[in-house]
Amino acid sequence: MTYIVKPKNHHPLLEKNELGLTRRDYEGAVSTLCAGCGHDSISSAIVEACFQLSIESYKVAKLSGIGCSSKAPAYFLNQSHGFNSVHGRMPSIATGAAMANHELLYLGISGDGDSASIGIGQFVHCARRQLNMTYIVENNGTYGLTKGQFSATNDLESKSKYGDDNLFPSIDLPSMAIQLGASFVARSFSGDKDQLVPLLKAALSHKGFSFLDIISPCVTFNNHNTSTKSYDYIREHNDALSRPDFVPSGKEIVTDYPRGTTVDVPLHDGSLLSLEKLSEDYDPTNKITAIKDIQESQRDGKVLTGLLYVDPEAKDLRDILNVSDKPLNEMSQNELCPGSEKLKDINLGLK
Amino acid sequence: MGYAEFSLSGSEGIFMSKIKSVNDFVIKFANVNGSGSASANQMFAKGVFRSGIPVSPKNIFPSNIQGLPTWFEVRVNEKGYLGRREGIDIFVAMNPQSYAKDVAELKENGYLIYDSSWKRDFGREDINILEIPLTELCVQEFTNPKQRLLFKNLGYVGLLASILEMDKEVYISLIEEQFKGKEKLIEPNVKALNIGYNYAEENFKDFCQIKVEKSDKTDGLILTSGNDAAGLGCVYGGATVCAWYPITPSTSLAESYSKYCEKLRVEIGTDKNKFAFIQAEDELAAMGMTIGANWNGARAFTATSGPGVSLMSEFIGLAYFAEVPTVLFNVQRGGPSTGMPTRTQQSDILCSAYASHGDTKHVLLIPSDPKECFDFAVEAFNLADRLQTPVIVLLDLDLGMNDWSTPEFEWDDETSFDRGKVLSKEDLDGIERFGRYLDVDGDGIPYRTYPGTHPEKGAYFTRGTSHDEYAGYTEDGVKNAEMLSRLVKKFQTASSLVPAPVFNQEKSTSSMGIIYFGSTDCSMQEALDILEEQNVKIDAMRIRAFPFNLEVWEFIEDHDLLFIVEQNRDGQMRTLIMAEGGIIPDKLVSILCFDGQPITAEHITNKINAHLSGKPTPAIAAS
Repeated sequence: MTYIVKPKNHHPLLEKNELGLTRRDYEGAVSTLCAGCGHDSISSAIVEACFQLSIESYKVAKLSGIGCSSKAPAYFLNQSHGFNSVHGRMPSIATGAAMANHELLYLGISGDGDSASIGIGQFVHCARRQLNMTYIVENNGTYGLTKGQFSATNDLESKSKYGDDNLFPSIDLPSMAIQLGASFVARSFSGDKDQLVPLLKAALSHKGFSFLDIISPCVTFNNHNTSTKSYDYIREHNDALSRPDFVPSGKEIVTDYPRGTTVDVPLHDGSLLSLEKLSEDYDPTNKITAIKDIQESQRDGKVLTGLLYVDPEAKDLRDILNVSDKPLNEMSQNELCPGSEKLKDINLGLK
Repeated sequence: MGYAEFSLSGSEGIFMSKIKSVNDFVIKFANVNGSGSASANQMFAKGVFRSGIPVSPKNIFPSNIQGLPTWFEVRVNEKGYLGRREGIDIFVAMNPQSYAKDVAELKENGYLIYDSSWKRDFGREDINILEIPLTELCVQEFTNPKQRLLFKNLGYVGLLASILEMDKEVYISLIEEQFKGKEKLIEPNVKALNIGYNYAEENFKDFCQIKVEKSDKTDGLILTSGNDAAGLGCVYGGATVCAWYPITPSTSLAESYSKYCEKLRVEIGTDKNKFAFIQAEDELAAMGMTIGANWNGARAFTATSGPGVSLMSEFIGLAYFAEVPTVLFNVQRGGPSTGMPTRTQQSDILCSAYASHGDTKHVLLIPSDPKECFDFAVEAFNLADRLQTPVIVLLDLDLGMNDWSTPEFEWDDETSFDRGKVLSKEDLDGIERFGRYLDVDGDGIPYRTYPGTHPEKGAYFTRGTSHDEYAGYTEDGVKNAEMLSRLVKKFQTASSLVPAPVFNQEKSTSSMGIIYFGSTDCSMQEALDILEEQNVKIDAMRIRAFPFNLEVWEFIEDHDLLFIVEQNRDGQMRTLIMAEGGIIPDKLVSILCFDGQPITAEHITNKINAHLSGKPTPAIAAS
């Protein structure tokens, strides 16, 4: 995993962001995933999104569970603290961490096994609690590390590499996330950087639970021609709802789509997600139509991608619990310990 | 203990024998659960406490919401013996379902109080029966059907105040305090109290030979439960995150934390909380949240019981191996499996000490009264931060859920939290290369950083996979073995930091010793006095923590025969001592009690005497 350290020498002409950092500054260790793994493309999209947003890496906590996807945090943002926890339990680690210090950016990387099977309970409740984090499922429909068993997101009609039938229908995580109260839900494809990077930027800028289901083909176990999560299949069946463009806070909109063909979503931090409509009645703030669109697309054998649902005004867990603006982990003993005088009163009350 | 004497019984006019005692008796209440009896019974106990006599009320309740039998036992003892005692002196039998069992428990010459709205023949000639038609009286006095039922409870409290010759005003002020802000309720409650009080004054003057006389033995004491105290200790210890999942008997610990936070931890001006209280979806998530928050530099804890510990074990192993401070309260109940959720045991010693797969060992703190629950809650956070490891505080249902007469809480404003080895931005600036798992000081405890501390230094990858000193993944077996060995060194460091044992003597003087821990303490003090009266010379040591420190081993070394008193079946503390110290099993004799009732002094002394006389008896029940 992280034992291969990349050299730190940068070419002087490399593009720099507002912090004076290059993309190289956002990279991690050399990946040990299979060559061509979709997860590596997602890692590089994360690097690109963080670079473009001029995020300070050390203010990011990257968290994961267990599986190929969960190794990925080692391969981006070297200056961020990482937490590779136990299988399916990343959401609870993220919840505790975010309660301790809400000022960091929480980026959770999970997989379909990690989130749709062993960790489905934690995924569900994390979405329901509106934790302010970006939760990515690198979805390949298979258990890679244990050599190719079906996962719960593998489509019913999608056979294994060895020709085995899949016996059970797939779980659609974005539909669940919308139903559960996630306030930003998108699906994308690891091979579509133009769509993925702006969605990632918007997800990272959104306050609340941002969920991204990213189809990320497993080149070793689920990229064959009877798989519905292969590169070829997704390219052929990708049914994009919109073409996203992320406009950072204080920047002008430069894209020039005809009037009435875009939906603009202002985000909490003042940035804007401008979406070029690809279907006429697309309204990303409508939960009901979002779920209907997903279902219809599924029925028609397509893979609906793009921003599926957003509520830019959503509350997050800290709002709901009314937790102080000062991070709890920065509070001093004086702020936390009521002291001896108060204890005398408490003693009196217990007489 | 009380004694019997002949006196004239009020109603029958024949000579009856009656238990006579002052400030020393056991009273038991039998009720139907969900009928509001618990608060009345608690009020009775508190009234005795306020009269200056230590009490130990114990709620013996079913795992049920409404309709099943429930009991409440109060031992009143001026000497301060607060362990459970067998044999009931006064029985307030308010549940016809359990009459037969209840009446059988009553000591010869004891007193039975029952609701004679429906008369009963109990078939015992050797007890004194006090009949009060509570239902009839309440139906006469109240029109609201709810009140008619509820106020029977206060009715018998009033009756007890009369026959025990207590100051009725004590109860009136308790009612006034309870309904502060809801003054309308004071009058009917006082009326209910008076129903019983007046009835007894008129009909049962001098009936009872057990009395409560004002004393001063509760000076410096408070009446509270271990869970309440531990929750408060978490507030004082600076915990800001509590993630938990409801499970008896630990629920009230988390709720206590929340209750005290609402009072003590709300920011003035913003009304925002200086705490986060999260009811998780299960124990796994509760533990994960606790670890996540601690990893990020907040003090966080969870509270659970045996089944929860089983579920949390994977995460406990992660916190152990990745070295994340974590505080867990395990309020033990009757196991195994779902077991007896509303009964007490000390049967999670081993599963706590060695929780999780692989080679793991955890710091245990074992308080013996609510005061110590408060102190150890604070200490748990200091130790967890200092040692960067899970610290498990072991309570049990008896200690956690029942009110104890315990010393007042104390706090020294000069003490400061020990946050352990945490590097600041400035510290990191002065370090060439940060190694998360480097044993810089030789005590097995590395340095850690919080996320977000330094733009370029101090970031590392926390993982449950094998890792090197720099937190990098490694499959180098030697490196991994080095890490595991360092954790052993850290555990050795822990043994000098955890609370030392408490000895009942300054110096060992006998070749025999008793080892005990936790809630057994109250019965043990009484047992040791009894043994002394019986001329059995024996030293005693109360273990308060694991790993065992040097003094524990010295005590074991100093004695040829050791009784280890535990409230479990398998002698788990004995096993732990044998395993950790290589102690010869023959030297360690188990005194066990695992019927779900708190252990009694009589049980301890009987078993010890039986062993010493060469006729050991099988240990099962409390007596």
